[in-house]
Amino acid sequence: MRRLQFPLALLVLALALIASACGGSNEAADTQATGGGTDTASAVDPCAKDQLELATAGQLTIATDNPAFPPWFQDAEGAPWDPTTEPTGQGYEAAVAYAVAEELGFSEAEVAWVVVPFDNVFKPGPKDFDFDVNQVSYKPERDEAVDFSDSYYDVEQAVVTLKSSKFAGAKTLAELQGAKLGAQVGTTSFDAIVNTIQSSKDPNVYNTNNDAISALKNRQIDGLVVDFPSTGFITAVQVPNATTVGRLPAEGQEYFGLVFEEGSSLRDCVNGAIASLRESGRLDEIAQEWLESSSPPVLK
Amino acid sequence: MRASGVSGVRSILIALASTVVFAVAIVVVVSSAPGWPEVRRQFLNREVFRESLDVIPEAFLLNIKIFLIAEVFILLLALLIAICRSLPGPVFFPVRALSIAYADFFRGVPTILVIYVLGFGAPGLEISGIPRDPLFWGTVALVLVYSAYVSEVYRAGIESVHPSQEAAARSLGLSRAQTLRFVILPQAVRRVMPPLLNDFIGLQKDTALVALLGPVEAFRQSQIEVASNFNYTPYLVTAILFVLLTIPLARLTDWLVLRDRRRQFALGGAR
Repeated sequence: MRRLQFPLALLVLALALIASACGGSNEAADTQATGGGTDTASAVDPCAKDQLELATAGQLTIATDNPAFPPWFQDAEGAPWDPTTEPTGQGYEAAVAYAVAEELGFSEAEVAWVVVPFDNVFKPGPKDFDFDVNQVSYKPERDEAVDFSDSYYDVEQAVVTLKSSKFAGAKTLAELQGAKLGAQVGTTSFDAIVNTIQSSKDPNVYNTNNDAISALKNRQIDGLVVDFPSTGFITAVQVPNATTVGRLPAEGQEYFGLVFEEGSSLRDCVNGAIASLRESGRLDEIAQEWLESSSPPVLK
Repeated sequence: MRASGVSGVRSILIALASTVVFAVAIVVVVSSAPGWPEVRRQFLNREVFRESLDVIPEAFLLNIKIFLIAEVFILLLALLIAICRSLPGPVFFPVRALSIAYADFFRGVPTILVIYVLGFGAPGLEISGIPRDPLFWGTVALVLVYSAYVSEVYRAGIESVHPSQEAAARSLGLSRAQTLRFVILPQAVRRVMPPLLNDFIGLQKDTALVALLGPVEAFRQSQIEVASNFNYTPYLVTAILFVLLTIPLARLTDWLVLRDRRRQFALGGAR
């Protein structure tokens, strides 16, 4: 087995495709897990800080995309936060992340942030973060590649148009027929265009919400579909002449979950932390603080 | 250094054995990798492959459309630039300088930047009469960038035609334009067919960049499929489609080059 290691490592280097599938750290994690389980039995709390299996020992490594946008993350000035800079703990997801860390017994200084683009969160193989917090909606298909925590936020989608648009006054989904809509690729917002609104025009799809917002400004699209909590920042700061037409009826139980490596043992402990935050009302407080805004009507 | 019959057979056998060993080694090492089952599930999923075949080829038509439209304009614009650059005499200096600056600029700037700047910037100017359609601006960006490359290919072809050809044509009473049209360009274009094709293939692939501006082409459609399945197999489908488009084009050029060579040699023989 040891002799295989060298050519194996070479191959892994050569084939970028399977770079992340290298099994070295997996094995290490497995032996650690079985070792821990047999030695300590039930006497030790598996969620005690020193029992957690972490990407980097002694710290909680949390991933998100760069830049991270309000109201999910923000810097001291209320602008989008660059995770490579000093953490502020401001914004809904930042606050939830620190609250979870606190429940697990980590101080603020023991939380480290890493940048992981949205698409890369789901690459197969071991992760160099403990969990990712990036407005990832739970989907059964997604759950096959990674593990999700329980909900830390229940999502609604919303439609944003320019105030001058003929769709700005839409009161029903039917009135959005014929609208050229746009959304970020791979998001639930995109699914909402296809499944809920079902406009007769094919949607435009963008790499980032920022690109979609540019297209809205340029009137290359009639409307933009985004997570409802993002609409506040868009209509207030990014496109002041835009307005939120309305929210979309929720499709099933849609929520944001923290994302873990498939089979992560940390998930149950984090779920425990989220449950206790929910019970104590802390989660609601955080939502009140960062997501509160006057809610537009639900389009039906 | 001619190989004898025996050693010829021997080298064939060695090549064969080496290829087999090499292939087996790759298969064994890859499939015995601890992450292989996971990678196979993520990248080579039959079910997802079949699902992707329903939607991605349709989106791929957009790539072909962009490619075909852009190609026509590229061939024309690039030729114009190349001719401008080969105009002789001091009077034409500004034209030459401009075409050099053009080629330098658009070969130097990353295509993705040109697409972003034109696609989101030009409509943002709000000049009335300027189209907003991202497809339009994406195609314009590709035309601008690829014309710079192709103009250099043309220029190389034009310069490869021996000056005596031009002198002979002029001495026969052909005007400068006629010389270019009937003597220089036919020879030049024929010689640069392979590198021209090279740029065509590059263009085919770069049509995927237009997706940045919103239109859903094959790559974007596969991204959508990837995101909804959390499985990377749709990328494989798109890769196959692009390769399938490239191969006939490559064979066509091979054939054109071959036909051309045959004609030239046949002509030489007849003399």
